[in-house]
Amino acid sequence: MSSADVEARPREGHPDIEARLREPWSDLETDHATAFARQRAGATFGIWIFLASEVLFFGALFLTYTAARLANQEAFAAAGRETNIVYGTLNTAILLTSSLTMAVASQAAEKGLFRRLTLGCLAATAALGLAFLVVKGFEYREDIEKHLVPGAHFALAQAPAQIFFAFYWLVTVVHAIHLSIGIGLVTRLIAKGRRDPDFLKENPQVEVTALYWHLVDLVWVFLYPMLYLPGRSG
Amino acid sequence: MSTTASPTGLADPDELDLRLPVSYLADGHSVRSWLLTTDHKRIAILYAVTITLFFFIGGAAATLVRLELATPEADVLRADTYNKLFTLHGVVMVWFFLIPSIPNTLGNFLVPLMIGARDVAYPKLNLISWYLNVGGGSLAVAALLLGGVDTGWTFYVPYSTVFSNTWVSLTVLGVFTTGFSSIATGVNFIATIHLLRAPGMTWFRLPLFVWAMYTTSLMFVLATPVLAVTLLLVVAERTFGLPIFDPARGGDPVLFQHLFWFYSHPAVYIMVLPAMGVVSELITCFSRRKVFGYTFMVYALVAIAVIGFFTWGHHMFTSGMSPYAALVFSFLSFVVAVPSAIKVFNWTGTLYRGQVGFESPILYALGFVGLFTLGGLTGLFLASIPIDVHVQDTYFVVAHFHYIMVGASVSAYFGGLHFWWPKITGRTYPETWARFAAILMFFGFNLTFFPQFIAGYLGMPRRYHVYPPEFQIWNVLSSAGAAVLAVAYLMPLGYLTWSLLFGERATNNPWDATGLEWRTSSPPPRQNFFGSPRVQGGPYNYHPEGVAPIHDQPRLPSQGSLT
Repeated sequence: MSSADVEARPREGHPDIEARLREPWSDLETDHATAFARQRAGATFGIWIFLASEVLFFGALFLTYTAARLANQEAFAAAGRETNIVYGTLNTAILLTSSLTMAVASQAAEKGLFRRLTLGCLAATAALGLAFLVVKGFEYREDIEKHLVPGAHFALAQAPAQIFFAFYWLVTVVHAIHLSIGIGLVTRLIAKGRRDPDFLKENPQVEVTALYWHLVDLVWVFLYPMLYLPGRSG
Repeated sequence: MSTTASPTGLADPDELDLRLPVSYLADGHSVRSWLLTTDHKRIAILYAVTITLFFFIGGAAATLVRLELATPEADVLRADTYNKLFTLHGVVMVWFFLIPSIPNTLGNFLVPLMIGARDVAYPKLNLISWYLNVGGGSLAVAALLLGGVDTGWTFYVPYSTVFSNTWVSLTVLGVFTTGFSSIATGVNFIATIHLLRAPGMTWFRLPLFVWAMYTTSLMFVLATPVLAVTLLLVVAERTFGLPIFDPARGGDPVLFQHLFWFYSHPAVYIMVLPAMGVVSELITCFSRRKVFGYTFMVYALVAIAVIGFFTWGHHMFTSGMSPYAALVFSFLSFVVAVPSAIKVFNWTGTLYRGQVGFESPILYALGFVGLFTLGGLTGLFLASIPIDVHVQDTYFVVAHFHYIMVGASVSAYFGGLHFWWPKITGRTYPETWARFAAILMFFGFNLTFFPQFIAGYLGMPRRYHVYPPEFQIWNVLSSAGAAVLAVAYLMPLGYLTWSLLFGERATNNPWDATGLEWRTSSPPPRQNFFGSPRVQGGPYNYHPEGVAPIHDQPRLPSQGSLT
């Protein structure tokens, strides 16, 4: 905790530290700089715990997939061949790039020196997130045209292939919802950062948003081989 | 005393002007000041109001179920209505009463006070969690009003996904929503306990109640998301036709059970760990003795929380699983009994040679120890595979989990409510009534649920509204007990409400208890303390270290001072 404090401690004499302190941190029996450092540490700590919860959330989905795939290996391979690997790979590239811009934005905001860089990278992150959703939309249209929605008109003969696509639809929609929340959070940072020049400087909200964004990316890194690669080796 | 009494006179600052800050109750009287509050104490009250409402909704359903079971024939309810009522009872009691009961009311109120903090780490998130809870509860109640659900509280597939024609999705969404309220509370408590302890409040000076809240929060954060996914899969299959568990298309319904119990077994510990925390506070205070084996009490809480994650399979011994898996789950279920037994022995050790008083909170706590022991020991029966196969899906199981979830957890909740009532409301309640209710609750509970052990062992299955006549004697006893229990639950509602209006003003520390929450006024001000607490010693300083308590134990100074 102490090392985090030192690292996160803003320079003394920051003009509006007091204005940025919130309950209950504002009532700590310390000077404002230390209280602010603890508030920062508190925000990051909280998002890490939430991410642990998210890991269990997606972990349960991955477990479901694994169990179903082990029981129906051939059907999963056949179903995996039906997904569009071009769109999937493109989206992986888009999302990994967005993690880069998000990381740069987070570091730039923490140093507090590069406001335009921070804003630019945040805008790029949100744009890449939107691009992912657009590509995903094209992919969904193609999937629907190819009758890859489980039900009476399903394209593949093997019944368990429907489980693969049930998982595909569910998990990509859940991922897209997470990503949309992320885009909303980044857009909020951009809007506030444009209005108030000091908003992004040393603001823990940037790091919190970044951590969440990286988790959403990381989930996709697992989803890509699960959804697009089965049945494609050899 | 009671001449100026009015609902808003709970903490009337004009009565005796000591130039103290106004209490949290007097700090704003508008509806807005309550519904938009970020004060952890007010949010605790909001939670208390909603869970009380849900408790009586769930209780009403149970009353009708017991009424129907008084005779072997179906004479009050049809089979369909009966299914809907026990489902309603289970869903409401588990998710909208028991899970939030102690953590969100007593925990919300006490955790910041006990660690010497001004509020929880994320006050707004705390308020959001209440709205999520109310939102989820509203969805579940809406499902009830629209016609109910008949799946049982476990929502087992494929019945819930393929066959049931009731409001499953709406109820499941309600539970899903309230799950996020649990996660928010868990994140908040963990961060609060890590980051906002007062100077000197080291980890091993934390009151056991705080440790209980900490371990419960870990389970909130790590188990609830798995439930969320499980419920999401049920909704996806029901509403959007995405067949994850459908056996006709190669899906595995047993997988649902694994996912469901991965949450729902830890959920049992979510319900009982807070109760253990409350009882630890009560027993040590009313026996005027340091808690016996403090560090082992902490390790036991952590051990239960960890092992509790790996015992879920014992719900599924008859669902079909590898004999090796069954063996491991059986073994781990026996192992989790060890830390639970350590706690029971340590409570007993605390009482031994203590100056035990018999005020109402300790009566509830002693009731807890007895009922928890019985519920825990019958849990060992169920952990053993041959007996489990014999009594699976009988009233033996029903009796077992009611001993833990109702006998233990609800007794502890009432005990804690009586113990901290003067602190929370600033009023004292009629002690004689409270003792009577505590004793009545213990006897009513045993009369209701002990006969179910016998009926279950003799083979009476659960979830049927008719049964062979030879089981009637046990069911009549049980239904009679339910009537007694209903009276015992309604009595506190009466006299505690009375005390809000007419009760005498409570002193700051009516029980001569240690702990920082007693070092402030009753009820506390918005800021919690009149200075900054600094902690100078370990908890439960009821007598000097290494010395047994003497007769007429003198009241020693508390754990910390105010400045």
